[in-house]
Amino acid sequence: MIKHPLCKYTAFVALILIIPFVLKGSYLINVMVFVGINTMLAIALNLLLGYAGQISLGHAAFFGLGAYLSGVLTATHGMNPWLVMVAAAVGVGLLAFVIGFPILRLKGHYLAMATLGFGIIVYIVFNETVDITGGPSGLSGIPNLKLGPVAFDSDLKNYYLVWIVTLLVVLLAVNLADSRIGRSLRAIHDSEVAARVMGVNARLLKVQIFALSAVISSLAGSLYAHTMAFVAPASFGFNFSVELLTMVVIGGLGSIYGSFLGALLLTLLPEFLRFLHDYDIVFYGLLLMVMIMFMPGGLVRGIPALLRRMMTGRKKGETVDA
Amino acid sequence: MGHRLLSYLLAAVFMLSGASAFAAPTIKIGALFSVTGPAAFLGEPERNTAVMVVDQINKAGGIKGKKIELIVYDTNGDATKAKQLVNKLIKNDKVSAIIGPSTTGESMAIINDVEKAGVPLISCAAGIKITEPVKKWVFKTAQNDSLAVARIYEYLQKNRLNKVAILTVSDGFGQSGREQLKAQAKKYGISVVSDDTYGPKDTDMSPQLTKIRGSKAQALICWGTNPGPAVVAKNARQLGLKMPVFMSHGVSSKKFIQLAGDAAEGLKLPSGKVIVADLLPASDPQKKSLMAFVNDYKKHYRAEGDHFGGHAWDAVMLLKGAIERGGDTPAAIRDQLEKTRQFHGIGGTFTFTSQDHAGLGKDAFVLVEVKNKDWVIVK
Repeated sequence: MIKHPLCKYTAFVALILIIPFVLKGSYLINVMVFVGINTMLAIALNLLLGYAGQISLGHAAFFGLGAYLSGVLTATHGMNPWLVMVAAAVGVGLLAFVIGFPILRLKGHYLAMATLGFGIIVYIVFNETVDITGGPSGLSGIPNLKLGPVAFDSDLKNYYLVWIVTLLVVLLAVNLADSRIGRSLRAIHDSEVAARVMGVNARLLKVQIFALSAVISSLAGSLYAHTMAFVAPASFGFNFSVELLTMVVIGGLGSIYGSFLGALLLTLLPEFLRFLHDYDIVFYGLLLMVMIMFMPGGLVRGIPALLRRMMTGRKKGETVDA
Repeated sequence: MGHRLLSYLLAAVFMLSGASAFAAPTIKIGALFSVTGPAAFLGEPERNTAVMVVDQINKAGGIKGKKIELIVYDTNGDATKAKQLVNKLIKNDKVSAIIGPSTTGESMAIINDVEKAGVPLISCAAGIKITEPVKKWVFKTAQNDSLAVARIYEYLQKNRLNKVAILTVSDGFGQSGREQLKAQAKKYGISVVSDDTYGPKDTDMSPQLTKIRGSKAQALICWGTNPGPAVVAKNARQLGLKMPVFMSHGVSSKKFIQLAGDAAEGLKLPSGKVIVADLLPASDPQKKSLMAFVNDYKKHYRAEGDHFGGHAWDAVMLLKGAIERGGDTPAAIRDQLEKTRQFHGIGGTFTFTSQDHAGLGKDAFVLVEVKNKDWVIVK
């Protein structure tokens, strides 16, 4: 077992680099692009929920803001997509920072309600500002990204583009989680009062991590807009916020690689349940229920425990901790 | 946990990638319908109809001796999923043509992909943006909203009602209707004196209607899909609104009459001919197709065939015609689709040209009125 974080990361990078060769020519490359985007989003939410213990039911809004800012400014106003991407991330981060102060004073259900409200407001704005966003039927004509002579116009190129950014986000998140800040966040998670007594500026730190989370989400949104070349409000509604939450919980709270597993599972699973036709949704729901019942720590802890149990040959009387 | 977990994942990825089959020569046609999710009311009848029609064609010996293999995927009404699935249809299933998706948003999301891959797409969504401007590989069967608006305005003009209030739902359908209602008003000498919207899930429209009652409007046009317009009809009756009320083709199904109950009486709306198929004169060129579709659908699914199913019926039959005339390669299908002339389908009589990939005229709609809980054609 590789315990060292650097080895883990290298193995992860290797996996990501191998996948395109394995999936050569398959439509699954396209699905993997979205797995990358969802991984970023899940990590963003995990930093907030899994580490700092602050729930958000409105993360689809940050994702949507990034996507729409990129979409509108490049498609309608013809601005440089890379500049817009950075500007959108900064803008969304600032917005999160500003609303973070009042919102993050709330706890538990109240915080969930406030973030939910924020998500719904943004969703309504996407729908109603028809002249700017194109309204419910969406905004098309968003250009693909270009870097010098390379235009990111195929699934494979987009795969590399999205995953390079995702790998950077993973690196950042892993380092952050393992730093003084990460430890402070976990302290806030366990007891905010205790953390403050120990000299952690809990209020500021919560807002900062909320803003960082929004920045990553916005970045994912910009990439989404340019790879899809189309955005519509339906992709950024409450349902998607809940789906993100599911990814984080199923993958494993407080684990960066867990977020990847959650995103991978929830994005790919529907593809492999298609043979069940009309019953796929039932099975999908059932599977999620079973997973959360038997792997409450998420896939990232549940799968190794399961494998260990299988390898030790289920010796009677022996219990394996999950 | 690191590498062991990852290597298992990798093994899983390996196994999944080897799945592609080779079968007897068939014509593969892909279909993307939103069978579940918020647009299921579109996708379900579309899927049912497509499956039914393809079965019938295959039982009758296929097209030029080749059977059709229909590959249907459910998009959940989600543009992201539609994008993934259209890639699957093109790259994995290698289909010759695609029908669907059910909604305008999903259709817009996948246009780039079919254009790039060169696979003909016949969308079942109504949005005017899908075929305007014309895209080489994209066609559609659902009637443009502009034709429905024109039907209402013609009637209003004839009856000298020139001040209207419009009340539209704030989703893609209502948005498109609202744009068309405002854009075409001038042409018919009509002025929109009140312009309001309501949310798709609103349960009371009295405030908007009270405002409209106080305006100078001589007629109310409400643009939405179930259940909103039924609420409008009920509220209008409760408020004692005297002006004639028009609905859109978005509610031209029996379901609307059930929802609105007595309040539906006397409402007028433009509609495709499916719901009044049996009332049409035998001289109507669409009569034969319409009766075939309505009867078959009832026999198969014990339900009323509706417009949405009709869009899929048209899409499959247009493809059949194109393949019969040309070959079954994507390029041949596209070229022949564009040469479709006077095809009497469910949604109307289609004539595609290189400038028009929607193919329908004003005759696609008739104006109907609700009388005794049923439809009658307004002359």
